[in-house]
Amino acid sequence: MRDDRGVRDVRDVVSWRGRAREGLRGYRLIVAMWIRSTMAYRASFLLASFGNAVISLLDFVAIAVMFSHIEALGGFTLPEVALLYGTCSVSLGLADLFLGNTDRIGLRIRDGSLDTMLVRPVPVLAQVAADRFALRRLGRITQGLAVMTWGISVLEVDWTAGKVLLVPVMVVAGAGIFAAVLVAGAAFQFIAGDAAEVQNSFTYGGCTMLQYPPTVFGRDLLRGVTFVVPLAFVNWLPALYVLGRPVPLGLPQWTAFLSPLVAFLLFLPASLAWRAGVRSYRSTGS
Amino acid sequence: MAAGGFRRYATYGTATAAGVFTNTVFGFIVAYTYIALWDERPGLGGYDQAQALTFVWVSQAMLAAASLLGGGFQEEVQERIRTGDIAVDLYRPADLQLWWLAADLGRAAFQLLGRGVVPLLAGALAFPLALPADPARWLLFTVSVVLALTVSFAVRYLLGLAAFWLMDGAGINMMAAVVTIFCSGMLLPLTVFPGGFGELVRLLPWSAMLQVPLDVLLGTHAGAGGAARALGFQAGWALVLLGAGRLVQSAATRKVVIQGG
Repeated sequence: MRDDRGVRDVRDVVSWRGRAREGLRGYRLIVAMWIRSTMAYRASFLLASFGNAVISLLDFVAIAVMFSHIEALGGFTLPEVALLYGTCSVSLGLADLFLGNTDRIGLRIRDGSLDTMLVRPVPVLAQVAADRFALRRLGRITQGLAVMTWGISVLEVDWTAGKVLLVPVMVVAGAGIFAAVLVAGAAFQFIAGDAAEVQNSFTYGGCTMLQYPPTVFGRDLLRGVTFVVPLAFVNWLPALYVLGRPVPLGLPQWTAFLSPLVAFLLFLPASLAWRAGVRSYRSTGS
Repeated sequence: MAAGGFRRYATYGTATAAGVFTNTVFGFIVAYTYIALWDERPGLGGYDQAQALTFVWVSQAMLAAASLLGGGFQEEVQERIRTGDIAVDLYRPADLQLWWLAADLGRAAFQLLGRGVVPLLAGALAFPLALPADPARWLLFTVSVVLALTVSFAVRYLLGLAAFWLMDGAGINMMAAVVTIFCSGMLLPLTVFPGGFGELVRLLPWSAMLQVPLDVLLGTHAGAGGAARALGFQAGWALVLLGAGRLVQSAATRKVVIQGG
């Protein structure tokens, strides 16, 4: 332990960047602790990671079974659906790996264990995000990457520099969008109590929807996921551009490149809501 | 015990409301994809489009009750085994398996009402469903649902007891959830699965948890003989699996005594 630690902490807390650094450091330490604890039951960890990959793989098997009866769903072929499926699966997998356990906040509010987090010298969000960090979620990411790679390898796309670049950008920005939804959902639990499942309908439900082509869904739903909860930017709009298909709702082509901006813009209200939630928190006293 | 299970879950008001919302959202998403699929292939799996949509919404209504995505009491059993509290349960005058069965049926009854009715109504308002008008069919369906819940319980009881051998249950619960989601008809009706593989999954116990009750409701098993065969299939699996649970329980009890001595 360094002698100047106390002094450094005081100086750091005043600056925003210092707080972010402290948050990341705390996050890293908690994550490392959970990884060590997971590894104590190594067989169970391997089984759980495998299970995680297989759970997500089976959704894709169900899609493949559908395609054993049909040529195209909503006008899209199996490799095209594989691209949609893989990209949103990886995005959600990443968001879930880094922030997935924020949905436990409702539980922590109820049993009072959030109080302990508030007195620790690490931002609450970092603690909540790292809570029970589940490395097994790499399973879903791996599986999503595999389906995405397969889709891309059999698709006939005229690859331009823009399209090649757009694939990783879409996956990372998509993860950012899902992460913002997770933070907003966690903030919502300060008001609504144990409502983790509402969050699931936007994340898991959203991803289930984004696996299928937008042509399958009604216009109102498309408007909702473009302008209200902008999940369409996770993969639909960029992937349609990559596939050279028309963008729905008469949006211009360049909207395909907006995902990183959308992720950023979505984080602002989400983090404000989170702050408001933490401030309004009254302990149950238990 | 069942009433206790019912009341215990009834206290989670917001969680239930959130669950209803989630089931409804998923119902809409799946319903749209089924419409696209059945537009492309009318009559797929022996269902018309209205029957396929009924399949979607009744599945959503039964999802939580039958614990198809996991959850339920088995984690609690595993926790009690891990901490040793299970020894106390074994000395109770009530039979351990029946005790948990009653509690789980109480939970399921609450979730069927709390999380089942509203999504089904939402689905019925938004889509043309093929819900039967015949009260006898609903009666058969109710019996079939009770059998489905019993089969689901019996499988999860075995999972719970597995903790006697595998200290940590997370891995096996996850694997069990995978199999349940895929083989119950949750992802896609089992009648759509191709060839010999489809025939195999329809014979496994998981089909008794969702596929069979839905077929009873939709009346795809023709006549009284068909319905009797469907219910007999479920009852057969329920007996076999409850019996297996009993055997494992007595083996596990002997293990506890050895550890305690």
